[in-house]
Order: sequence, then C-alpha cells, then structure tokens
Amino acid sequence: MTRLPITHYTLSSALGAGRAPTLQALRENRSGLAKARFLDVELPTWLGVAPGLDAISMPQGLEAFDCRNNRLAWMGLNQDGFAQAVQEASARWGAHRVAVLLGTSTSGLLQTELAYRRRGSNGALPADFHYAQTQNTFALAAFVARAMDLRGPAWVISTACSSSAKVFSSAARLIATGLVDAALVGGVDSLCLTTVYGFNSLELLSPDICRPWDAERRGLSIGEAAAFALLERESAAAQGWLLGVGESNDGHHMSTPHPQGLGAAEAMQAALRDADLAPAAIDYINLHGTATPSNDASEATAVAAVFGATTPCSSTKGATGHTLGAAGGVEAAISLLALQSGLLPGGLNLRHPDPLLTSNYIGESHAAKLRHVLSNSFGFGGSNASLVLGAA
Amino acid sequence: MKVFVQGIGLLGPGLPSWADAQSVLRGNEPHRSARTVVQAPAQLPPAERRRAGNAIKVAMAVADQAMTLAGIDPKSVATVFTSSSGEGSNCHAICESLASGDRLISPTRFTNSVHNAPAGYWHIAVANRSASTSLCAFDDGFAAGLLEALSQVHALQLPILLVASDTPYPEPLNATRPLPDCFGLALVLTPVPTARSLASLRVELVPADLNARATVCDDGSLESLRTHIPAARALPLMQRLAQGDSHQSVMIEYRAGLQLQIEVGPGDSR
Repeated sequence: MTRLPITHYTLSSALGAGRAPTLQALRENRSGLAKARFLDVELPTWLGVAPGLDAISMPQGLEAFDCRNNRLAWMGLNQDGFAQAVQEASARWGAHRVAVLLGTSTSGLLQTELAYRRRGSNGALPADFHYAQTQNTFALAAFVARAMDLRGPAWVISTACSSSAKVFSSAARLIATGLVDAALVGGVDSLCLTTVYGFNSLELLSPDICRPWDAERRGLSIGEAAAFALLERESAAAQGWLLGVGESNDGHHMSTPHPQGLGAAEAMQAALRDADLAPAAIDYINLHGTATPSNDASEATAVAAVFGATTPCSSTKGATGHTLGAAGGVEAAISLLALQSGLLPGGLNLRHPDPLLTSNYIGESHAAKLRHVLSNSFGFGGSNASLVLGAA
Repeated sequence: MKVFVQGIGLLGPGLPSWADAQSVLRGNEPHRSARTVVQAPAQLPPAERRRAGNAIKVAMAVADQAMTLAGIDPKSVATVFTSSSGEGSNCHAICESLASGDRLISPTRFTNSVHNAPAGYWHIAVANRSASTSLCAFDDGFAAGLLEALSQVHALQLPILLVASDTPYPEPLNATRPLPDCFGLALVLTPVPTARSLASLRVELVPADLNARATVCDDGSLESLRTHIPAARALPLMQRLAQGDSHQSVMIEYRAGLQLQIEVGPGDSR
C-alpha cells in the first residue's frame, strides 16, 4: 500500500509561474489558453503558452542543455521555493539517495525540428545542436539532476500523456525497495511542431478553444508546463499525501482509447485498492478530459462504471491546455492545490454539457472541503495511470 | 534485491536469438559481427505489422523469445520497456516534413513517434491490459530499466517482462548519436523461484568509486557492442546467464558514481 508524504510541489503553465497565479486563475475560472502565435505555425488553434520562457537562461555550466523544454524545467524548479526544498531533502538523505524520475513526451525535440531547417549543404545538422542534452528523452532528467546536484537513480518515463502520473508510481516503488529515500518527480513538456502538426494530422486538434465534456467538443488545445513534486520516505511537514497509484494498459489501439474505457476503469480501481479507499471516499476527480470526442466518452463510461454518477469531477485542461507528458504532474499539483486550499476546480469552456456523459461534471470552481482526490492520466499506446492524493 | 529469471530473449549483430547465441556467449566460438536481422513480428495484426518500424520489431522479437521460453501467457504479464530513443527513421521523416514547406506529417508517423510505441504494439499484439512503463535513461537505460523492473517485482510480487532495446537513427541524426546497429534483450523476472526458473539475480546499487569497474566482455567483438550500444551493456550479464555458473558477479555501469552489482545464481536457490 502506498502512503508517502509529498513535502513540496510546484507548477508553471499558461496560468502562470508557480502556485499563487495558478490558484488565482482557477478561483477566477480563467483560462490560460489563447489564439497565441507559436513560431510560424499557421494552424487555427488555441495554445497554452507558458509566459516568461524567453527570458530564461540555463544555469552556468549547463548551457549545452539550452532548449525550450529545459528552460521551462528551470523556470519551474525556481518557483515556490521548490529548489530550496530539494536541496534540504538532498542534505537530509544524501544526494545519492534522492531519485530523479520525470515524465516528458517530446523533451527538447523542438531543438531538432529547428536544426533540420539549418542543415548544411552536406545535409549535416548544425554544430550547435546537442542531441544528448536537448532532443533525447532523458535530457530532461539529466538536466534536472545536474541542476539540482542529485546523484540517485534517474530516468524519464515517456508513455505519452500518462508519463508524469506514472513517475509517482515508480518513485513510490523505488522508495519501497529501500534503494532511495526521496524522489524528485514531475513532468515537463513544451510546445513543439511535432505535437501541433501531429495532433492536427489525427484531427484531434480543436480549431476552437478546447471544451472538455461539451457536446460540441472538437478536440484538444495543446499547452506546455512544468510540474514537480518531492516525495520523501517520511516527513513531519507533508503538504499532501500520495495515497494510491494504479496503472493499466488498454491493449486495444495506439491512438484511440478502449470505447468502454476498460483500461481506464482498471487504473482507477487499482489506485483505489492501493489507497484502500471506497469510491465514495473520493471527493473530486480531476479527469484526463482532453476534449476529443472519443477520449471524453471513453473516460465518462469508465468513471460511471467505477464511481456511478455523483462524484464531482472536472477537467482542468480548459484552463491549462493539454500539457501532454506534463499533464499527470500538472494535474497532481492542481489536485494538491485543491486539497490544500479547499477549492474544487471547475472545468472551463463548457457551453452545452454532453448529455451522453453522465458524470457529475462541475463547470465552475467553488469552495469545497476535500479529503481525497483522484487524478486520471491516459495516453497513446493505451497507457493509463490514476493517482489518489490526500489532504495533509 | 533478489529476483528469478524465467525467460530470456536476445537479438543483435551476429546474435540472431538467445538460443542461437549460446555458443558465442559461452565463449565456445568467437563472435562474428553481422548486421542484425530484424523480422516483422508475427503476432501483430496486418495493419499494425505494416506500420511497425525497427524499434517496434526488435523489442517485440526479444519479448516474444523471452515469453516463449518462460512459458507464461504474455497476456497477463506487466511490462517495462527501456530504450535510448524512439523510432529513429520515423523521427527523421517527421523532422524532414516539418522543415519542408507543407509540414504534412502522417497520422501513423505521429502515433509511432511516442517513446512507448513498442510497448503499445506489444500490448495490442498479445491483448495485454496489465501495466506498462516505457523509460529512457540515454546510455544508462539497461540499468534504469532493470531497477524499475526489480522495484515492480518487489512491490507487486508479480512477474515482469523487461525489454531493453536500441535502434540507430539515419543521417543526419546518426552523426550526433551514432549507434552501430539494432540490439535488444528481454528478461522475464519473477519474485519467487518456479519450476522453470533459469537463474536468480541478486542486484545491488553500489557506489562506483568503491568497487571494481564495469565488467567487460573478453571477446573483443562483443566488447565493441557493449561499449557502443546502451542495451548491450547487459552483455556480461547475458554471458553469465548463458554460462550457467553459479554465484558469478557482474558490474553494470549506471549513472556517474553508481553501478549495479548483479550476482547470478542458480534458478533453484531459495
């Protein structure tokens, strides 16, 4: 059974850098999505751009890691006193006893996409392109481990949009083995051309702002974000608790969820079993809720099968956009904010609730005393993960 | 941490399969390098088989060998896939399209660009709804994947299929990340010994500076694979498993300052 104190956490997204602007935006039902420009993309789409990224520079000695994704990671680490908390944990347990387990789907791939525009006459990539420190999927954890001087086991989980939920499971298991005492977990994903044009090719990118659970939802809006949490073996100063983790795979299709949400339901049930909680003990479900027609339908069926029709739920992707490999971390952080501040976050951009989705979907944020929150993250390749988080 | 090995798969240059590599791994004949022969996985439905690139094919080939040897229904076994990259040729084709005027990329290419594509295809092929984790640790992927797999066996007390595989990029990315060829291995690990256990592994994470250096392969050709392909860092372990000697230790490189010390014992040890 998982029961680990979360001793600190932070998130930076289109809603702003750090917890305070995020909480304020959630309270005010304000979305960070906009018809923003990103490079020379000319698709009609809404994006969740993290403000302030262009002003970020890499710490000294780590310049080779410079790319949009690592800048976003660095910006995120420096909010809410998170980096300081990591240093304290490192001092407490020893740098080699703190793991770095992070999620991303595209890491610094934008760097490669732009380098392909600057190929030499012989086809070679420019000399200033650093594959290992930017494009490679591990580059995120390599950068964070170096920047925080953490020397424990490190890896990146990359299972598309469930990546940074699954790192919580990995960290809990690794701490249980006794190999480490703490773990820096989370996820970072930043805008790049592959995801914008790729989701467009699958007709999953909404030309309108994304509208989870709406009858007229037309797909997702892509966002970028960095979210981090610190898990420790024990602590007297928990800000929240990781109570349960559940994982499954659809084994059904690479890019479309199981129509009855079988895998999703199994992940939720496994997380509840791990937390030793009945479905009725969950006060709020932070849905995956991407706003694609098939994803929301599948998830609603799964939620109905596990919880019935009364548990309040919402997708916060109408506020942050779908931050892909960072979504699990972002939504764990939003769940912790909700637990700590007594706020049930509403699902934005809802105009006409889909009558086929029978969940108790909450459109507007309101105050509510929450004890347990379940957060869902599902991804390509049929990857499903659910987390149960508890109030401190 | 102790686990038991119930299935093994291998595919690489001059190493056509675990069964066909025994003589080379035991040192009875020298390793002769030859291009890795990658075949389309028979388990995949025709549509998915057409869409599968080398990263998917290599991972599925070794997974299939290991599950067959283990004699467990693959449907029920959770998986850990580790690779230093996704599908290289697919990534190259997408980057070329995105640098061109029209930027049209195919939905299949985008779907296959996720790092967990091999895992996704495997779970579809064997109708497996158990959990699956795909990870990346650049050159340290085998050690990281083994730690993830061990901690799952330890926490869940269930068998795990671990697949470690790497495939090269085409140019121009290959020049920035040169890998000589495709290589993959798979291990089916169980928490307790069974009638089909082949060996036991006792794994410890140890500081690199206090211990011997990483175990090398005596055969120069195998050693070249070990030092040039991340997943091939497991070759000294594969050799000990093939040799079947009890209580042989190997040291596998992990992150700077850390190594995995693996003691290989007999499969019937309690």
